[in-house]
Amino acid sequence: MNTLTGYLRQALTALRFLLAATLVLGVAYPLAVFGAGQLIAPYQANGSIIRDDGGAPAASALIAQASADENGVQDPRWFHARPSAVNWDPATSSASNLGPNDPKLLQAVEANRAAVAAEEGISESEVPADAVTASGSGLDPHISPEYALLQVSRVAAAHGMSPEEVRALVLRHTSSGLEALLGQPSVNVTLVNLDVAASSGQR
Amino acid sequence: MTFNIASFLVQVAALAVVLAALHKPLGVYLVRVFEGKMSSRPERLFYRLAGIDAGTEQTWSVYLRSVLAFSVVSILLVFVLQRLQGILPGSGSLPGVDPWIAMNTAISFVTNTNWQTYAPETTIGIFVQMTLLAVQNFLSAAVGIVVVVTLIRGIARTRTQRLGNFWVDLARTSFRILLPIAFVASLLMVLGGVVQNFWPADVVNHAAGISQTIPGGPVASQEAIKELGTNGGGYFNANSAHPFENPNPFISLFEVFLLLLIPSALPYAFGRIVGDQKQGYTVAAVMGTLWLASVSLMGWAVASGQGTATAAAGGLGEGFEQRFGPVQGAIFAASTTLTSTGAVNTAHDSLPPLAGGVAMVNMMLGEVAPGGTGSGLYGMLILSIISVFIAGLMVGRTPEYLGKKIGPTEMKLAAMYILVTPVLVLALAGITVMLPDIITNAPATGPHQFSEVLYAFTSGANNNGSAFGGITTSSPYLSVMMSLAMLLGRFLPVALVLALAGSLARQGKIPASAGTVPTHGPLFGGLLVGVTVILTALSYFPALALGPLAEGLLK
Repeated sequence: MNTLTGYLRQALTALRFLLAATLVLGVAYPLAVFGAGQLIAPYQANGSIIRDDGGAPAASALIAQASADENGVQDPRWFHARPSAVNWDPATSSASNLGPNDPKLLQAVEANRAAVAAEEGISESEVPADAVTASGSGLDPHISPEYALLQVSRVAAAHGMSPEEVRALVLRHTSSGLEALLGQPSVNVTLVNLDVAASSGQR
Repeated sequence: MTFNIASFLVQVAALAVVLAALHKPLGVYLVRVFEGKMSSRPERLFYRLAGIDAGTEQTWSVYLRSVLAFSVVSILLVFVLQRLQGILPGSGSLPGVDPWIAMNTAISFVTNTNWQTYAPETTIGIFVQMTLLAVQNFLSAAVGIVVVVTLIRGIARTRTQRLGNFWVDLARTSFRILLPIAFVASLLMVLGGVVQNFWPADVVNHAAGISQTIPGGPVASQEAIKELGTNGGGYFNANSAHPFENPNPFISLFEVFLLLLIPSALPYAFGRIVGDQKQGYTVAAVMGTLWLASVSLMGWAVASGQGTATAAAGGLGEGFEQRFGPVQGAIFAASTTLTSTGAVNTAHDSLPPLAGGVAMVNMMLGEVAPGGTGSGLYGMLILSIISVFIAGLMVGRTPEYLGKKIGPTEMKLAAMYILVTPVLVLALAGITVMLPDIITNAPATGPHQFSEVLYAFTSGANNNGSAFGGITTSSPYLSVMMSLAMLLGRFLPVALVLALAGSLARQGKIPASAGTVPTHGPLFGGLLVGVTVILTALSYFPALALGPLAEGLLK
């Protein structure tokens, strides 16, 4: 009986501690970060939302924006993002989680490579790895500069722009300096596509 | 994607320099928190609210009972409230969580594992994330720290039963150490692009005809403690690969720094409390050596780019984020598995086979380099005791550690400690691969399928939480097995460590003699590295040979 009440008393202490700690760590702390975040960096805290000329939210600068038809082919008018295991749907996020020797992955890679080579009119050996492999999040907005440059002439033609103009937009959104050294040089496709739309008067 | 050696060296060096610079000031601060007697006004208010008598110190068994009572109550509360999610505010339209997933998740977060058998976006809402999971991120990390502090007290104190007060230690660690650092870190993360709000945003790209719902949530506040507390449970399914958890290479490096921060400062605090700084430096040097060796090995294994699919793609890419690439992937993967974090910025399942193997070995080492918050150091202290024992056998003397005799009781506790996780990993993984359940839940083929199972139980029993994500563990059988691995892998070692603390504290201090094996310096450090590696190799080599080694070497 005594041990039972002892255990109960201990459990009660634990519960009171947990509830009191929740007030501090689970309510006050996130709200404080929220308040401070909205104060010092509202753009980032709210998802790095880019607005169009009319002021309406058009995209998040950090999230891939792509859509594919039922065959998985991305719209040829725009720069393509990397393959995605979640169909670029920001309501979810995932990698393919297939092993490096998985036959299913091998198949997907080969299909992607053939598709990219056909679309860009190049040989399969010229297709960069990031163009045929699914990203870790499925929402990766970045591609390699090599893959971006491959897409320039296609996108330029679709929008009646000169390739130089489009290449300049790619360069504007290519990471450089320390950021590119720590990670690797990357082109933000979401931002490039928004700029292409604006430059060609579609926004 | 190519592996840039210069980038690798710069980042490894930067981490080493910054952590080396901070370990002393932070270590001094940790000691002040652990040894301090005064309570601040808000703390006294908190103790009153929680009904704690802050003045009494506990014996090891009462301390352990408090740990267990707190953990059981936490598991029950997190479980029940997940089940009730459908009627709780701030959960959107999400229903109550499936019971097997809720059980697994409750145990996972309370044991500092943060194995995620659920996809957060479609399973749990803001209420569960913020008031249950993030809170456990703090408290489970704090539990690890207070347990190692108790062991250090056991070594430092003499002829006493009193080892401190669990509730006071837990509150001080949470509020004075974790909370302030997490607050600053989360603001830096917001500046870097990690979101912190409470609503999604609908965006429409009219030109391309794309509408999206951009998710929101209190991500930065959770992300900071997720790394700082070596927890690893992501706000999003893709974890630190998700752009909103880890928007750019600066934040990615910062996250690695955060998850190494407290574990690398604890050895200094240890040296200070036992009154011999050389002890702390030796432990830190051993941790640093193993970290450096493992990160280098991981870099090599990733750079190798092994795998038929990788070769077909013309290089690494699958599972990597373009902005991070293979260098940041390798540094993150090694550091997250050498601590008990388990956050990932790259899908481990798609890593080259030997890189996945290095991640497993890191966890199998017992996560001691530098390990989880607290758990890394107590693992290393147990290994020190084993090393002293082995050295004692060689010179034919009764082993002693820092003035305490390592007798049969102490050795039994230490030996049981190092047996717990290998037994759990090998037995549970062994049973699981023999059951038909696994064929549907780990759809990979060949050695990789075994790797997925071995990785899961290694991660669970070592309270890491990273995964070869191809495996699904939400079926009742796998959910229960993983829960067992996490529970026993956490609380059996904790119980043994606290018992050891009690046993050491009861002893008087014996003066060092000519026959005492010094437990500092390069000689002992080398022995400690050797013991750590050999124990791991002896326990796990056959299992590793069937999984990552078979896949990596037979090609």
